[in-house]
Amino acid sequence: MSLTTLLIIVLASAATAYMLGRTRSHQVAKPIGGVRNLAALPSYYASLMGLWALIPALFLIALWSMFDGPIIDSLVKASMPETAKNLSSEDFSLVMSQVQSAANGINTGSALGAEYQSAINKLVGLNESSAKWMPILTIMVVVLGGLLGFRLIKAEHNARYAVERVFNATLIICSTIAIFTTFGIVFSVLFESINFFQKVPFTEFLFGTHWSPQIAIRADQTGASGSFGVIPLIVGTLLISFIALLIAVPVGLMSAIYLSEYASPRFRGFAKPALEVLAGVPTVVYGFFAALTVAPAIRNAGDAVRDWGAKNGIEFLAALNVSSESALAAGLVMGVMIIPFVSSLSDDVINAVPQSLRDGSFGLGATQSETIKKVIFPAALPGIVGGILLAASRAIGETMIVVMAAGLAANLTVNPLEAVTTVTVQIVTLLVGDQEFDSAKTLAAFALGLFLFVITLALNVIALRVVKKYREQYD
Amino acid sequence: MNTAHNTMSDIAKETYQTVGQPLIEDPKMHVRNTNVYYGEKQAIFDVNLDIGKNQVISMIGPSGCGKSTFLRCLNRMNDTIDICRVQGTLMLDDLNIYDKKIDVVELRARVGMVFQKPNPFPKSIYENVAYGARIHGLTDNKVELDELVEQSLKRCGLWKEVKDRLDEPATGLSGGQQQRLCIARAIAVNPEVILMDEPCSALDPIATATVEELIHELSENFTICIVTHSMQQAARVSQRTAYFHLGKLIEVNDTSTVFTNPEHKLTEEYITGRIG
Repeated sequence: MSLTTLLIIVLASAATAYMLGRTRSHQVAKPIGGVRNLAALPSYYASLMGLWALIPALFLIALWSMFDGPIIDSLVKASMPETAKNLSSEDFSLVMSQVQSAANGINTGSALGAEYQSAINKLVGLNESSAKWMPILTIMVVVLGGLLGFRLIKAEHNARYAVERVFNATLIICSTIAIFTTFGIVFSVLFESINFFQKVPFTEFLFGTHWSPQIAIRADQTGASGSFGVIPLIVGTLLISFIALLIAVPVGLMSAIYLSEYASPRFRGFAKPALEVLAGVPTVVYGFFAALTVAPAIRNAGDAVRDWGAKNGIEFLAALNVSSESALAAGLVMGVMIIPFVSSLSDDVINAVPQSLRDGSFGLGATQSETIKKVIFPAALPGIVGGILLAASRAIGETMIVVMAAGLAANLTVNPLEAVTTVTVQIVTLLVGDQEFDSAKTLAAFALGLFLFVITLALNVIALRVVKKYREQYD
Repeated sequence: MNTAHNTMSDIAKETYQTVGQPLIEDPKMHVRNTNVYYGEKQAIFDVNLDIGKNQVISMIGPSGCGKSTFLRCLNRMNDTIDICRVQGTLMLDDLNIYDKKIDVVELRARVGMVFQKPNPFPKSIYENVAYGARIHGLTDNKVELDELVEQSLKRCGLWKEVKDRLDEPATGLSGGQQQRLCIARAIAVNPEVILMDEPCSALDPIATATVEELIHELSENFTICIVTHSMQQAARVSQRTAYFHLGKLIEVNDTSTVFTNPEHKLTEEYITGRIG
């Protein structure tokens, strides 16, 4: 019986137990004058019985799946010949996998000696009995648990406490899963980064101005020695993010002001969701829009300007050189992508500014634009700054657009017409393809990831601080 | 309560004639045949009223009687409510308030407003008072502006309390101080009329007393219309009192007459506490 079938059976039994519990609690309630005389509602008794049938069985299945392999292995090891027990752990695992193949009836070609036959037989036997006993035991546990739950359906027993506790525990488990995953990711990145910094000094990584991660993989190979200076990547990241914010902040903010202060409810009802659709477009779509439409357009425009400059003898224009993959193209498209972050959040905070402040300003004879500039905007500023910083961390972490539109060349430049690369793009290129996980080249990806994590974390902390500081002042 | 309803439905059938003295000589503002609608619903029925120069007139009446709506007609604050329509003639001296060509900004500079809840802007105390002067360009330089801010705060009795912390946020002041700041902000524009919509309802008794004293002093130079739920307050601060009931102006008289010898049965029932 497969695990899925077993799980379905367990769930169905638990549902049946729930139904039974419900019927039983009504039966119990009848002679004593109705449901009101029970300590808890029938649904609680029913849930209690269902949970008793479900949870112990799930635990059993989980424990069995976890420990069944190791236990069988150790039993098999016991019946192996003495020579095998003295092998090193790597060789032993090789032998073990041969035994397993033989037990599964696969002929690996490498004949094991006859002395292993008893181990193979043992493994076959153990596997069979494991497969047989797990469903039987599980169903027994379901039945026993259900019976226990059934016996707990008594007028004076309050089923609510137990059911509420189980509910509480479920919520706690779910929230800790999220927290532990975060910790897990941070620590895995941290440890790999520490490995990286043992190969490349921390200061060289942080202050180096040259990024060229190609290194010789084998000793006899000729290749660059690799240099891991992160500065060109930061500059590229910041340049592209800056261009993106230059687009997104004014456009997003102005549209938020229009939507919340001027637009009619009908227009707002249509325009706000339409603007938020921008946030739903997959970044890869923005990516090829940037690479196939915007970047060539910018290059063509640049070429036209250069030709015109050459014709008219304007020297600095004639020297203009626009790369076909430019920071400008990636930044522009990324700016469009993060407009909804700025506009949607700003719109919310502007709407949250109390009407009494608007009334106060209008009552003094201020016009609508004066009211917005002098009263509403300052009052909404903390929220707006929060939205902008959120958009900024989104821009810094964005990968797909930059991969497609900004190129891979780690140029240290602030000229938006040249190709640059970003931290995220380099992480992608370092890890794509066949890599070995002990070379500095691969480990550098983790160091970059940690670096990025620290930057966005710092941005978020600053955003929270700013919001908190001004909120105290203005509330 | 029952009697009130019967009487009211009797009134609703005829065109209501306000009792007492709604019209006076040489008014600052006069309001004729004014009806106000929120969408389909009529909120004010055919009101005629004169507001005397440098006088305090108080509007009293049960909740929802239209007194705040009426007040907000006087400086077109109702414009900010999309569904609100105002009919009739409302004049400030010779200026028709609802004239299409009138500049609302200028009107509101002449008819200032103080609201129920203190609503200082999220700015410093100084900037709050200077706000109106800045948007109307009342001063040419910093010295004049400083002078104006100081004068306005002094007239509201707030100067001594805040002169050392003009740069601190106004939201840090107490409720009563905030409301006096809002009054200072209104008079800094030097309006002719000040509308006050329940200015003390969010304040404690001591702060209320201070604001009432201030209203009394301001009435020397300003025309003041005050909406209040407190009949004692109306009796203390105003020269004339107007009683509104379900959108109709029932009675207008000298405050002392209204409270000692009301002409209309509804007024009497309200001030003796039988409706409210």
